[in-house]
Amino acid sequence: MSLFSLRPAKRPLRRVVLLGATSAIAEQVARRLVAQGASLYCVGRQPQKLDALLDDLNVRAGSAQRIDGSCADLTDSARHAELIDAAEQHLGGIDAVLIAHGTLPDQQACSADANTALEQINTNALSVISLLTHLANRLEQQQHGVIAVIGSVAGDRGRQSNYVYGAAKGMVAIFLQGLRNRLAGANVAVVTIKPGFVDTPMTAGLNKGGPLWATPERVAQGIVRAMHKGANVVYLPWFWRPIMLIIKHIPEALFKRMSL
Amino acid sequence: MTPLSWNRLPKVTPNATYALTQRGAGVPDRLPRPLLAHGNGRSYGDVCLTEHGTLLLTRGLDRFIEFDPERGILRCEAGATLADVLALTVPQGWFLPCTPGTRWATVGGAVANDVHGKNHHVAGSFGHHVRHLTLWRSDGSVIHCGPSDPGGWFAATVGGLGLTGLIQQVELQLMPIHNPWLNMASWRFTNLDAFWPLNREAEANWPYTVAWIDCLARGSAQGRGILMAGQHAPAQARLPNFKESRKRMPIDPPFSLVNGISLRAFNALYYRQPTHPAGTLSHYVPFFYPLDAIQHWNRIYGRRGFYQYQCVIPPEAAESATAELLNAIARRRQGSFLAVLKTFGHAPAAGMLSFARPGTTLALDFPNRGRATQSLLADLDTIVSQAGGALYPAKDARMPAALFQSGFPQWEAFSEFIDPGFSSRFWQRVTP
Ligand SMILES: Cc1cc2nc3c(=O)[nH]c(=O)nc-3n(C[C@H](O)[C@H](O)[C@H](O)COP(=O)(O)OP(=O)(O)OC[C@H]3O[C@@H](n4cnc5c(N)ncnc54)[C@H](O)[C@@H]3O)c2cc1C
Ligand SMILES: NC(=O)c1ccc[n+]([C@@H]2O[C@H](COP(=O)([O-])OP(=O)(O)OC[C@H]3O[C@@H](n4cnc5c(N)ncnc54)[C@H](OP(=O)(O)O)[C@@H]3O)[C@@H](O)[C@H]2O)c1
Repeated sequence: MSLFSLRPAKRPLRRVVLLGATSAIAEQVARRLVAQGASLYCVGRQPQKLDALLDDLNVRAGSAQRIDGSCADLTDSARHAELIDAAEQHLGGIDAVLIAHGTLPDQQACSADANTALEQINTNALSVISLLTHLANRLEQQQHGVIAVIGSVAGDRGRQSNYVYGAAKGMVAIFLQGLRNRLAGANVAVVTIKPGFVDTPMTAGLNKGGPLWATPERVAQGIVRAMHKGANVVYLPWFWRPIMLIIKHIPEALFKRMSL
Repeated sequence: MTPLSWNRLPKVTPNATYALTQRGAGVPDRLPRPLLAHGNGRSYGDVCLTEHGTLLLTRGLDRFIEFDPERGILRCEAGATLADVLALTVPQGWFLPCTPGTRWATVGGAVANDVHGKNHHVAGSFGHHVRHLTLWRSDGSVIHCGPSDPGGWFAATVGGLGLTGLIQQVELQLMPIHNPWLNMASWRFTNLDAFWPLNREAEANWPYTVAWIDCLARGSAQGRGILMAGQHAPAQARLPNFKESRKRMPIDPPFSLVNGISLRAFNALYYRQPTHPAGTLSHYVPFFYPLDAIQHWNRIYGRRGFYQYQCVIPPEAAESATAELLNAIARRRQGSFLAVLKTFGHAPAAGMLSFARPGTTLALDFPNRGRATQSLLADLDTIVSQAGGALYPAKDARMPAALFQSGFPQWEAFSEFIDPGFSSRFWQRVTP
């Protein structure tokens, strides 16, 4: 490599916090990061799942890597500051954070009951915004870091089959745009990740298979790469970018009559 | 997408599939029954398939639980592949003490078929290296057992074809190695008669042995082939670099690319490859897993799929029956691409239905040509059955019930251990 390589340096991902760490996608991200030598602090909701994850990561990690975590329901925003403190203390600093938790609601249930809709917005958007607010202030202060959030292609346009989820993911995406703008001068990268269909427990009810479906391993590879690069908005796999470009440009007059 | 087995035969659709991801979660009881675990579908046939009920996909159970690098003891979930295990343990100086010819099998699948490798004559089968396993039963109970289990659960589950319940986790004893390389040697033999003494000699001197046979050769060349042997390389070997080649079969042709002409060309070339009687270094990946180098290689047989045929013949009858089998194949000119010959050692079987037993095993592949293939296989059955042999359930989509029952005389005693909520198409086919 030349001394004056034009490629920007990779951002270090040595001490990483994973929120919603037991998600199938986050688990694959965790394995990759551990294989690269990272120390991790993992937050998950269910103790049994979290323990299984931590056992596995500990077997994979080298002796100098620290792997730990704690249990929390992330809709409990009163605990957010304390969780981030614990992570920071445990890791001795934070280079990067991935927010991965989420739920895929039943749109019909959300249409039928406003409380259900609000709960979903709470899990998929408000809890994320609370976490981001805490994290942004810390990373801004330290003047480096990466904040990555798993959104969704569903956040790019509202569709009758899935608009509560879409609205939540869309809200997060716009929040992240603003945050990216704010933190650009603070050397903090804000990465919006928009996966398409991924074969995980979240999509257990759907009929899988075919070219649009990706494995969590593949998506995780894209996430880690985007975090190293400090990318802005990534679609995973890449082909969702042109697909969503088209979908976003269908005129509303036409779109509203489509069954999507 | 409906899960298939590796030879893509038979094509049967279960009522449901359910992806397991959490070892703590148990099997949900609302699923249509019977249940059956499906690992990575590297069996050839229907031991991993069901036409009714639910296939429990185990690949999501792929976590490590504990590894003791001092003693080489690994505990992991049953859906981890052998490749996952090797990636973790080889750099730390530990190897699988028994491995089949693909590293894409899962640990659970390797237990359930009690698979064997090229070192059966010294190491026995996979089950001999399992220290402990945890079994989920469909009634919600959990059984922990090991080789000394007085209840018989261990011997039933090792080689138990997934019928005793879902294997949730496995504890393995690994084998120490100094590096990822093997010293290997190979020799050409001009016919089957020349194979036997050469093989005996190799077995006495090498932990890994296996032979490839050109099953199109006839007359005095019948049974000609190449014998390969290997051992793990010593600590101070001067090691070359290794870069794994990754190719894939990009298309799914409507017909088999394996036919008389391509086979003849392949066999002639393969037989003439340079041999290495004095030994050479080989990385463990090409040594143990030559076929893994080409992803989806099973597609070369076309959409109609293919049959594997693997038998074991007891020692007394081995030489004559092997010759008869090769005769029958050559006569019908339906040669097989992969004709693999190996002798098993005398270790007592680890499981009630274990396939590996003293004798000689021959494994063959045949493109599915419908009736012509069926009738060839029926001829081979006759030879195997008269010799007192058995066919390998892991590689079977068609054996007659009688041949299964004579080859696995403990099948009735084994039935007592079957989980009433589990079954497979294989089991329904070979038992009343
Ligand atoms: C290229 C190639 C080479 C091979 N070479 C050899 C060889 O040298 N020696 C040899 O012995 N075999 C060999 N095989 C066969 C292969 O090793 C076995 O069929 C193995 O069992 C496949 O594992 P799997 O995880 O894909 O299981 P599957 O094929 O999916 O299932 C096999 C059986 O295991 C059961 N099972 C799977 N997981 C579980 C679980 N968690 N709990 C309970 N039951 C379970 C299934 O119900 C089924 O009965 C080879 C296969 C290929 C494709
Ligand atoms: N799968 C897809 O097709 C797809 C597509 C686009 C985007 N995404 C997004 O990708 C992310 C990861 O999802 P996944 O596909 O990996 O599915 P997943 O395995 O079901 O993961 C979702 C995770 O979120 C956790 N979670 C939900 N609510 C929580 C809460 N209140 N507090 C703490 N944790 C909570 C879940 O915990 P429990 O295990 O305890 O329930 C689970 O671990 C999600 O943000 C999802 O929206 C997925």
